[in-house]
Amino acid sequence: MIEVSQVNKKFGKLEVLKNVNLTCKKGECIALIGPNGCGKTTLIKSILGMVLPDNGTIIFNEKSIKNEYLYRNNIGYMPQIGRYPDTMTIGQVIEMIKTIRSSNEVLDEDLIKAFELEKMFDKQMRTLSGGTTQKVSATLAFLFNPDVLILDEPTAGLDPLASEVLKEKIIKEKEKGKLILITSHLLSELDDLITEIVFMQEGEVHFHKKVATLLEETNETKISKAIASILKSKKNLTT
Amino acid sequence: MCFKLIKKMNRIIKIILSDILKNKIVLAFTLILAILSWSSFALEDNSSKGLLTILNVILFTVPLVSILFATIYLYNSSEFIELLLSQPIKRVKIWMSLFIGLSTSMVIAFLLGAGIPLLIYSPNAVGFMMISVGSIISIVFVALAFLSSIVTRDKAKGIGIAIMIWLFFALLFDGLVLFLLFQFADYPIEKAMVGITALSPIDLARIQILLHLDVSAMMGYTGAIFKDFFGTSLGLIVSFLLLCLWAIIPFSISLKMFKSKDL
Amino acid sequence: MKYFLIILLLFSFSLNATTIHVGKNYPIKSVKEGIALTKDGDTLMVHGGWYKEGNIIIDKKIVFIGKGLPVLDGEKKHEVLSIKSDSVVVDGFKVIKSAYATITDPCGIKVYNAKYVIIQNNVLDDNFFGIYLQNCQKCTIKNNRLKAYGKEEQQLGNGIHCWKSNDILIIANRIDGHRDGIYFEFVFDSLIWRNISTNNVRYGLHFMFSHSDTYITNIFRNNGAGVSVMYTKGVKMFNNTFEQNWGDSAYGLLLKDISDSYIFNNKFISNTSGIYLEGGSRNKIEKNQFISNGWGMKIQANCMDNEIVNNNFLKNTFDISTNGSLVLNTFNNNYWDKYEGYDLNRDGVGDVPYHPLSLFAVLVESNPSTMLLYRSFMITLLDKSEKVLPSITPDNFVDNKPLMKPLPL
Repeated sequence: MIEVSQVNKKFGKLEVLKNVNLTCKKGECIALIGPNGCGKTTLIKSILGMVLPDNGTIIFNEKSIKNEYLYRNNIGYMPQIGRYPDTMTIGQVIEMIKTIRSSNEVLDEDLIKAFELEKMFDKQMRTLSGGTTQKVSATLAFLFNPDVLILDEPTAGLDPLASEVLKEKIIKEKEKGKLILITSHLLSELDDLITEIVFMQEGEVHFHKKVATLLEETNETKISKAIASILKSKKNLTT
Repeated sequence: MCFKLIKKMNRIIKIILSDILKNKIVLAFTLILAILSWSSFALEDNSSKGLLTILNVILFTVPLVSILFATIYLYNSSEFIELLLSQPIKRVKIWMSLFIGLSTSMVIAFLLGAGIPLLIYSPNAVGFMMISVGSIISIVFVALAFLSSIVTRDKAKGIGIAIMIWLFFALLFDGLVLFLLFQFADYPIEKAMVGITALSPIDLARIQILLHLDVSAMMGYTGAIFKDFFGTSLGLIVSFLLLCLWAIIPFSISLKMFKSKDL
Repeated sequence: MKYFLIILLLFSFSLNATTIHVGKNYPIKSVKEGIALTKDGDTLMVHGGWYKEGNIIIDKKIVFIGKGLPVLDGEKKHEVLSIKSDSVVVDGFKVIKSAYATITDPCGIKVYNAKYVIIQNNVLDDNFFGIYLQNCQKCTIKNNRLKAYGKEEQQLGNGIHCWKSNDILIIANRIDGHRDGIYFEFVFDSLIWRNISTNNVRYGLHFMFSHSDTYITNIFRNNGAGVSVMYTKGVKMFNNTFEQNWGDSAYGLLLKDISDSYIFNNKFISNTSGIYLEGGSRNKIEKNQFISNGWGMKIQANCMDNEIVNNNFLKNTFDISTNGSLVLNTFNNNYWDKYEGYDLNRDGVGDVPYHPLSLFAVLVESNPSTMLLYRSFMITLLDKSEKVLPSITPDNFVDNKPLMKPLPL
């Protein structure tokens, strides 16, 4: 569904993405993990067309996304830090995105109800806490029933309760056969969600494996431990 | 399909417009313009003082407010732009919508503040010239704001650039011209000077208004050279085209940069 | 008995003075033939029609009247009407198409060395010169309409042209499209009253060496170079209007070497320069209106002892300009609409002297191209700072009693 091949990106002298290759298919739930500044967000933004790669191609549904924008109809994006116009209220933001998308499909308003956002529809965005802003971002990402969900640190600012709500929602969507791409560094959060893991380091994709294979290879039961052991063995190899 | 795109753009413009028109700075600007123009027209028996006040507004205040407000607004709406970018909207549409929204609101502010008193107190060639030139100047400086806000991510730097651009066209450029005029006083440089004015939108605007406001003086020796060029209908069209270019070129450069900008 | 004799005498005169008719329906068909039949004191009445008789010469003291606007046509070959006798009256003709020649200056109507000639109610159309008085005294030119159509100065003669004459009355004529509307050279003690001179290719009024003439309530509008008067003393100009004389060397009123003259209650509207004064002395310019001119007055530094008092300066781009720093003229009690002073004792006179000469006017005078920068923010700044601290403009160029309100003129 998404094919990233040979993508490079430099910000000034800093190489953020080095020859990144990645294939994501329908029904997968991929965790994009790696240390801070490894290029996760840049990769996601490249897929969304917000960052333009220096070279390489990104193919979405068998079409290059270069100079395209309509493919974003099929993507729901939840940013790491949701930034919205200060003076708008929650209701206005949701209404605005609805007007801009103007899709005729049935809207998925599950999260509005689950997060009880209706009560806060009149609140201005600048008065919201980080968590509530995340709730709005999540709601917007799921609102249009997109085939692909890209969630950048989805549970970072959420309280445990909301976090649980969101997880359930992600699982529900996964079961519908959607492609879900999650970045996170809190690995324990993801254990019960994901089917594949992409590990990035210094702008490169270190490995891309199914969770089951990963656990098998490392003889661990937890993903975090599995990764830790891989990193250790790598270190041993290099030294 | 195309129609749908335009519809989508209209929606964005509408959202931006309603946001800007609610902005207190725009309201204050409109009010200040209105108070200035009404009072200067009402206090004097003849309309010349009022016209002079509005001329200074067009050459000084309108450029400053347009470029500063638009620059700050663009920096403040970086979140909004990011939000829109994650949606299925073309980058061109986003930037265009912002431009149309900002220019429209600055033109509306100018028309409400200065245009109405002009129409009432001076419904003649001078008045109409001032209204149209003032509107175009608003748009030109909004376009320059787009340029100054795209060249750097740093808000403070961007505002600094905007103020420098304004200062250059409102003051320094004329100083430079004055220097050239006296430096080359022994040469027949009048015609070259006509060309040089095209390098400043404020000068283009000023000369078009001068030709109507001070027509008697502009019939003098050098004045006549300017009048021979700018005063003919061809000159009028050329200077309006040049003014339009002053809006189109900075904006298209900023558009090109925006298209390849990483957010 | 004495009275009877006088009456008889009068009768005998009137009996002698006959009226001869010329026209289609009369025995005499030709104007020239008619003139030949008249003697001093007779009336020749020409009836409506088209007379192409070449140069018609009147050399007797006759009354020459046109009835039904007869046309005298010079066919572009002749001077149309030549008057070579005193006391001729020419009334009611349409004189057209005089010849064009630069040496003899053929005219519509030309008067040679005569006195007491009256030329009135005529229409002169498409002539080289219109009405020409040469070495005449005590003549009247009244209520004529003159029009010419040339585009170039060389193709055109003057409308009313007087040379070496005196005691002339020029009243209520309209002159349009000639070279100079009214032209005087060596004409003295004459009155020019209620004329309208417009669209002439050179000057609306042009005179030199013509002393002690008076110009009242004339209108000079949209002439190529306005009005120009030179080398003359004792001119009086009252109630005239000078307007829309546009161009680099066009002046509402150009005064060159004029002295002891009085310019009172005139209007200068929308001229490139209202008054241009060069080399004049002892002139008084009083109660005039200067409105919407490029330059209200340009006074060159070689003028002295001129008084400029009680004038209104309104909406001019520059009120005053000069070419030097020497100021030998006085400006007092004028109203300047650019004056920003105050009047604490409410006597109608501003408490702060006004310097009518702006820095920018000086800049433009020394470098005309600077006009390009007029009304720019920088120039406004410079002007304001110069007003506060005069450094370049002469500080004795000042109106010490500027009026707070315009004079009701």
